Amino acid sequence: MKKSVFFGAFAVTALVSGMALAGTLDDVKARGELICGSNTGLTGFGAPDASGNWAGFDVDLCRAVAAVVLGDATKVKFLPTTGETRFTALQSGEVDLLVRNSTWTFSRDTELALDFVAVNYYDGQGFMVKKDLGVSSAKELDGATVCIQTGTTTELNLADFFKQNNISYQPVTVADDSEAQRQYLAGACDAYTTDASGLAASRATMPDADNHIILPEIISKEPLGPVVRHGDNQWGDVVRWTYYALLIAEERGITSANVNEVAASTADEEVKRLLGVSGDMGAKMGVSNDAFKNAILAVGNYGEIFARNIGEGTTINLARGLNALWTQGGLQYAPPFR
Amino acid sequence: MSETHAQTVLFVRDTMLPPVDPPIAERGAVKWMRENLFSTPLNIALTLLGVLIVWWLVSASLPWWLNSVWNASSLSQCREIVAATAGEGASGACWAMIRERWHQFIFGFYPASEWWRPVLAFGLLFAALAPVLFAGQKRNQSLILLAVLAYLLVTLYLAGAPGTAFLLSLLLVAGLLVGAQLAPGKLLWFTLAFPALCFWLLWGGSVWSPIVAMAGFGVLYAVFRVGTPFIGLVPAAGAGVVAAVLWWLYLDKPVVDALQAALPFGIQSVRSDLFGGFLLAIVIGVTGIAFSLPIGILLALGRQSDMLIVKTLSVGFIEFIRGVPLITLLFTASLLLQYFLPPGTNFDIILRVIILVTFFAAAYLAEVIRGGLAALPRGQYEAADALGLDYWQAQRLVILPQALKISIPSIVSTFIGLFKDTTLVAFVGLMDPLKGVTQIVRADINWKGIYWEPYIFVGTIFFLICFGMSRYSMYLERKLKTDHR
Amino acid sequence: MAFASDAPKDGFRLSMLIYDTRYRSYTIQIVVLVLFAMAVAWLLNNTAQNLAARGKEFNFAFLWQRAGYDIGQALIPYTNDDNHFRALLVGLVNTLVVAFCGCLFATVLGGIIGVLRLSNNWLIGRLMTIYVEVFRNVPLLLWILLSYVILSETTPQPRDFRVTDEMIAAGEEPAASMILFGTVAVTNRGTNIPAPLFERSLGSVQIGFLPVSLNLLAFILVIVASVWANRRLLAHAKAVQEATGDRPVTWWKSLLILFGPVLALKFALGLHLEIPELKGFNFAGGILVAHSFTALTIALALYTAAFIAEIVRSGILAISRGQTEAAYALGLRPNRTMSLIILPQALRVIIPPLISQYLNLTKNTSLGIAVSYLDLRGTLGGITLNQTGRELECMLLMMLIYLSISLIISALMNLYNSSVQLKAR
Repeated sequence: MKKSVFFGAFAVTALVSGMALAGTLDDVKARGELICGSNTGLTGFGAPDASGNWAGFDVDLCRAVAAVVLGDATKVKFLPTTGETRFTALQSGEVDLLVRNSTWTFSRDTELALDFVAVNYYDGQGFMVKKDLGVSSAKELDGATVCIQTGTTTELNLADFFKQNNISYQPVTVADDSEAQRQYLAGACDAYTTDASGLAASRATMPDADNHIILPEIISKEPLGPVVRHGDNQWGDVVRWTYYALLIAEERGITSANVNEVAASTADEEVKRLLGVSGDMGAKMGVSNDAFKNAILAVGNYGEIFARNIGEGTTINLARGLNALWTQGGLQYAPPFR
Repeated sequence: MSETHAQTVLFVRDTMLPPVDPPIAERGAVKWMRENLFSTPLNIALTLLGVLIVWWLVSASLPWWLNSVWNASSLSQCREIVAATAGEGASGACWAMIRERWHQFIFGFYPASEWWRPVLAFGLLFAALAPVLFAGQKRNQSLILLAVLAYLLVTLYLAGAPGTAFLLSLLLVAGLLVGAQLAPGKLLWFTLAFPALCFWLLWGGSVWSPIVAMAGFGVLYAVFRVGTPFIGLVPAAGAGVVAAVLWWLYLDKPVVDALQAALPFGIQSVRSDLFGGFLLAIVIGVTGIAFSLPIGILLALGRQSDMLIVKTLSVGFIEFIRGVPLITLLFTASLLLQYFLPPGTNFDIILRVIILVTFFAAAYLAEVIRGGLAALPRGQYEAADALGLDYWQAQRLVILPQALKISIPSIVSTFIGLFKDTTLVAFVGLMDPLKGVTQIVRADINWKGIYWEPYIFVGTIFFLICFGMSRYSMYLERKLKTDHR
Repeated sequence: MAFASDAPKDGFRLSMLIYDTRYRSYTIQIVVLVLFAMAVAWLLNNTAQNLAARGKEFNFAFLWQRAGYDIGQALIPYTNDDNHFRALLVGLVNTLVVAFCGCLFATVLGGIIGVLRLSNNWLIGRLMTIYVEVFRNVPLLLWILLSYVILSETTPQPRDFRVTDEMIAAGEEPAASMILFGTVAVTNRGTNIPAPLFERSLGSVQIGFLPVSLNLLAFILVIVASVWANRRLLAHAKAVQEATGDRPVTWWKSLLILFGPVLALKFALGLHLEIPELKGFNFAGGILVAHSFTALTIALALYTAAFIAEIVRSGILAISRGQTEAAYALGLRPNRTMSLIILPQALRVIIPPLISQYLNLTKNTSLGIAVSYLDLRGTLGGITLNQTGRELECMLLMMLIYLSISLIISALMNLYNSSVQLKAR
């Protein structure tokens, strides 16, 4: 019977002939398409709409990378991954890049042989409770039932937090965000814990948002960012600098609307290098010189992406907070483009 | 006694009385109810219980059904409309979601302009099935083909198929109809060609790739025929297989490219990550069953074989696959398969899932076919031996045709089971109609919080398909039973 | 025949390996074996290469690392300080429990429905047909999701049980109350049932890694002993009856033997029920049966019951009408006809397909993933896999365990099957 595994594998390899080359960058160029591991559907961060177009905060970073590598932000194939399948999909080369609100941790970086190349969203795990529960601190949650999403770092953080504070809880594990929200709204759990951004997004879409509060405790650091395979440094650089280019663009006030204009008129040397007007920064990395300009043209700068998908004014209505630029008191800081 | 009686009788009726209606309790609805609903105390209790259950179900859900909303753009709008029409606090179904997203439940993200392709492939599937189900029966095959023709006329028009495609597919079915009249046995060739046609219709791309891939089988056969007189039957078959594999591995791609350059003809290619909904479920279910049939037959024969090693391997494979849940096999497809293949090999998750589902179905079909083999009277084997047929001749001409015929109803029910199980692919991130698409719909900010409607919609479609198939297999069972006895 | 067998005398040719029936089967087997060995070697080689390429190794040492996560329903003691192996055991126990409960309820329900489908009551017959068709023809996943949604949407929240001083003053009743004489609370989080407690507990002993409660052991021993004693008593009574024709009065002795020791043990150990009580956010005390468990059990039972009903129905229909008529002719009443004549024969037809339904149900427990029930797949194949990143080890181990469970169940059931089958000579 194993014989048919063999032949099946052969036949399919022949049909698809997707032999991976040495570098992901060359693979992507040869394929003419970027394969991006995404969430199976997380409001604001990555979900397809009625016509099947993916949109969201993480999705836009994928599009920016596609614009940098291929010059076309639409040449992305999104592969939905679950909490269980995401890292394997990346390790096996099924996806080139994983942008799926994954937390950067020590063991993922080392044991799983992954590389977190940047942090596109600084998050932290929080709790949401109903206002009439009369709780003002997570430490008062002794004996409470808590909804957590399985397959994430949150269940470990939760266990640690309750243990440190010497209080007990009853975990209710749920598979995904919409199910967790349903359970929480139905009262099947007293508190819902996940990343604070997710809590805010959930709260924003609730019919009675005012009746729910997010507790002040942030019990963990959750740096979320794009992940690539360990060992492919060139590809890591492409993703990292695509992200930083978006940050620098915001810092310098370059938007998708004015990028052509700025490129033509700027006197700032760093901006010139960034937009490929002078120097050969893109070529050094193995992409075209105006690659970052394409990315900004296609998806806008970091601030625009944030504002469009999850920022204030959208239904999700998140404040920039830690994710403001360093110049405005946040943590988003790009190394010099030189 | 009789005389006295005769004298006392003063009046003898000499006309017939019109028959009197039976007593009220012995006729019509009352009698029926007495007999069928209230015959014994136990029955009375059961009837009351049944009525209560039905009443409870209807009264609990009727307002929800009656307050259905069909026109709205979001769940909150639905709720407003229900509150406005039925009063505050009333509940109502929000079918507007289905109205807006029905195509994702059926086709996933398959591009709307290409919907006619899966629709056409679905219709042709029945045209390809007809020669198998009704081998050589002119009348039944023609009936099915006519139905397919009618179906295609309507659906292709609705799906907005381009004119040439419309015409070509109608011509194809019409050609098959003529073929059914002239040589009903030869239609099996269409069935054999159908997988390639279906693959091309669904995934698109150059028309040459399926043709060249199928040509590999031609290479196999040619080498086999040419080689047999020189090197003997078995070595020639081996050489044929090797030649075909070489063809697929090395010549396939250049030949396709060359043909495509010379005669560019193709349709828009559709990536498999766009497949979803019932399209995905049917693709996985049908391919799984179709490919598992030959493997299942080999496994069943292997299990019945006298050769110890062949038998052990077959039993080991069958029991292993049947002993683990499908979901672990799906996780194997998604997490482990790439460990087992040469480094750098990488192919589509849908193909990987189909491979594992094929193994899964093959193990179950092997058991079904083994049942069919066991049901054949011993005399059939002995008669085949007595005629001097060798093993494969006996299997091909005597045993398998009968065994497969007996197994058809069980094969259909295996297929029903498999089709229902395709919903599990949601757990490896594919968009099955039940959980995958529903989750995507619920991640949309407009429809967040909706949960009954998608489940009811998808459940109803599953019910219609599976119920239809199970009824059909029961009909087949009855039909096949009569001519077996 | 004699001619045929001594014809080939002219030495051995290589082509005889293929064309001579004496050698052919060996040739084929050797070829198959070689191909199989090559395929296995190829797979192992690939796996080794892939593991090396990812800098991973293949070992199960991670099972002894700290798990760090909590499990809602743990039937053996477990905290997040225990290792992954213990989490695996907790998951395994959860799988087995849900499979056992599912099989039990499915059998009872399926039996009842199968018999009712044959009932001459028109309404009930139709309702049962609808039930069977609807449940058989819709994916199990849908039933699991639906029963979970229904359980958590239609039941009250724990706070609805709360009685405040103002409510007492106003004479109001709480929105929800406990059922079964105030011992069981069904909330939208789960079902709180009373727990047995012992005032003078015997403690427990550790056997391997599983603690075994001595109290439970004591009860089992006492019950087994009393049942055995009762059987001796009845056997003695029968012997007396056969010898003298008078059956001694045994009912009060039976009652005494059956219930006396158990009651004595209950008072000796001080067994009482701990009734769940609303404290803080949740009910405290008693045992919490999570809805993920209940929903999974209900859905599995309802779904499998539809299949079992069909098996039972066809089993009963398979017994020829003559058997019933013969039983009536012997003067047996319908009830006794059913229990003495029809069912024992029907069981022989019913049991083999029933075994495969049990196996299906056991495998289907892995769908607990849909309601995040932490069974074997949820712990070993879910959180452990995810936290350690050892998918190869976890998946192989999980398949092996499921395979062993399936093989054990089918072995046990086949044993039972062979004991009820007709002994053919």
